[in-house]
Amino acid sequence: MASGSSEVEEEEQERMMLRDRPEWADVTPVPQDDGPCPVVPINYTEEFAEVMDYFRAVYLADERSPRALSLTAEAIHFNAGNYTVWHFRRLLLESLKVDLHDELEFIERIAAKNSKNYQIWHHRRRVAEKLGPDARNAELQFTKKVLSVDAKHYHAWSHRQWVLQALGGWEDELDYCSQLLEQDIFNNSAWNQRYFVITRSPFLGGLKAMRESEVLYTIKAIEAYPENESSWKYLRGLYKGETTSWVNEPQVSSICLKILSSKSNYLFALSTLLDLICHGYQPNQDFRDAIEALKIPDLDTQDLDIASMICSILEKIDPIRVNYWIWRKSRLPQVA
Amino acid sequence: MGELVTDKHVKYILSVEKRKDDFESVVMEHLRMNGAYWGLTALDLMGKLDVVDVNEVVSWVMSCQHDSGGFGGNVGHDPHILYTLSAVQVLALFDKMDLIDADKVTNYIVGLQNEDGSFSGDMWGEVDTRFSYIAICCLSIIHRLDKINVEKAVKYIISCKNMDGGFGCTPGGESHAGQIFCCVGALALTGSLDLVNKDLLGWWLCERQVKSGGLNGRPEKLPDVCYSWWVLSSLIMIDRVHWISREKLIKFILDCQDKEKGGISDRPDDAVDVFHTYFGVAGLSLLEYPGLKPIDPAYALPVDVVNRIFFKK
Repeated sequence: MASGSSEVEEEEQERMMLRDRPEWADVTPVPQDDGPCPVVPINYTEEFAEVMDYFRAVYLADERSPRALSLTAEAIHFNAGNYTVWHFRRLLLESLKVDLHDELEFIERIAAKNSKNYQIWHHRRRVAEKLGPDARNAELQFTKKVLSVDAKHYHAWSHRQWVLQALGGWEDELDYCSQLLEQDIFNNSAWNQRYFVITRSPFLGGLKAMRESEVLYTIKAIEAYPENESSWKYLRGLYKGETTSWVNEPQVSSICLKILSSKSNYLFALSTLLDLICHGYQPNQDFRDAIEALKIPDLDTQDLDIASMICSILEKIDPIRVNYWIWRKSRLPQVA
Repeated sequence: MGELVTDKHVKYILSVEKRKDDFESVVMEHLRMNGAYWGLTALDLMGKLDVVDVNEVVSWVMSCQHDSGGFGGNVGHDPHILYTLSAVQVLALFDKMDLIDADKVTNYIVGLQNEDGSFSGDMWGEVDTRFSYIAICCLSIIHRLDKINVEKAVKYIISCKNMDGGFGCTPGGESHAGQIFCCVGALALTGSLDLVNKDLLGWWLCERQVKSGGLNGRPEKLPDVCYSWWVLSSLIMIDRVHWISREKLIKFILDCQDKEKGGISDRPDDAVDVFHTYFGVAGLSLLEYPGLKPIDPAYALPVDVVNRIFFKK
């Protein structure tokens, strides 16, 4: 029996109260028991109250029937956050042996209006789990749709990560990340997913194997938008566990120099250079020249060491985090 | 700098008038237990918990408990770990801990720990580091933390640590301030903060402060008052709160008030709700705003309530 179409029709026609529907004549609705003085009192619309009264009746009677299933759909339409209704719906799906492909469609319709809702995503996962590998493409499509509206949607990304690990589909994921980053290079979720793919995909060989190509990709991204927090963090992440390689990688220090020399959006270039120095990197005169060329006002460039100079600049250009930069200065390796 | 219109907020929380057609109100029914925690804790922080009838609240809370030991979001709702913590916290606010059958609640929570150390929200198996925090916080309050496998719980949380120093909902999940609060809180309550890279995480957290002074939850997202709690409490727990601008954040939170009708919203000029009212007040408390009781960053309860839990005979 289709859990889908009848509800859609109902929405479009004028909605009939349950008490007027002959198929519900035998049921006595159970009113909400808020106690004598409800703590957080809520006014209900009459229709919603009625649906929940009837839901309570079938829930308490544990009635596993098609009309109960339809009723859960109505209740969910009113309030997609009601987890008890979703629970009972899952029990009904089991008992009635509903075609779960229809259920995926139902969830998609509800999600269209309610996507920031834990219950919907959890329900979707339970259904997809039951469908198994067959559900893979549907799930990747579904999350893609949600992400096309909100590319940083936390639940969608979480679900997508589960799909990849449980059902597969890794092959196209790196490309997908690239597409999203092309649309918005600042999308931290897409950068996170990229890292997820290169470190976990069974087809890519792992972080080390991917490092070279990913460094090129990331450097390009940094050049385009040096004020992008995500790309700098990603670059650092490519050398996870191998700080020496990161410090010694010429592309890392040279991108810092390049951005500094451009005199624009150089905050992260400076902080990255600072991190490099703290891990043993020894900048040459080019770096010093580039920093002095920034001509930061009120800066005492008599500071002999470049690291202290960088901290002083950061205190000035990132004043909201002045205490952090002061602390960094206090933690600099002692200059001989 | 602007001021906290405490009386208006108290009025707002108490009256919580909902228009009949207000979808927002309809949506809150199943999570009334959370709503009660937000509203009541905010009242307590403002020193106004006594305006509420203790017995009515407490009997309603107890009526939400199931045989399994777990609490539902409201009467007639299935048990879930989310509402179990809120119920225990509300009872703690009212110094009614003796009403809790600690073994029963413990049983419920212990049953939700998985092989890998993670916690499910309920019998349906959703896993999220939020539930790790909830389990640990709840058991800690009722003095039963030793009943779960703490080592595995910590191991799972650490597996959710990302290369930027933050934590996500599951391994590989994007670092998010809300999840970070849960992970750091859980690690704090289990004495495992040494496993956190405090400098790296501290920087990630202080980077959440944007020009307006508000805090966002992830890079390149909009600021939201609720992050005043999650980011701030995390920073305090790792002893790095001085890395943000206190004054600018206070100004942001105060700007999110509805000074006429009371209540606080996610950002200036948006609609208010109980959730953001609590987080705004709690954030101000963490910032030591005058006139508010201090709040414990890990337990998310007033400090005097926490002291009572641990030092009362």
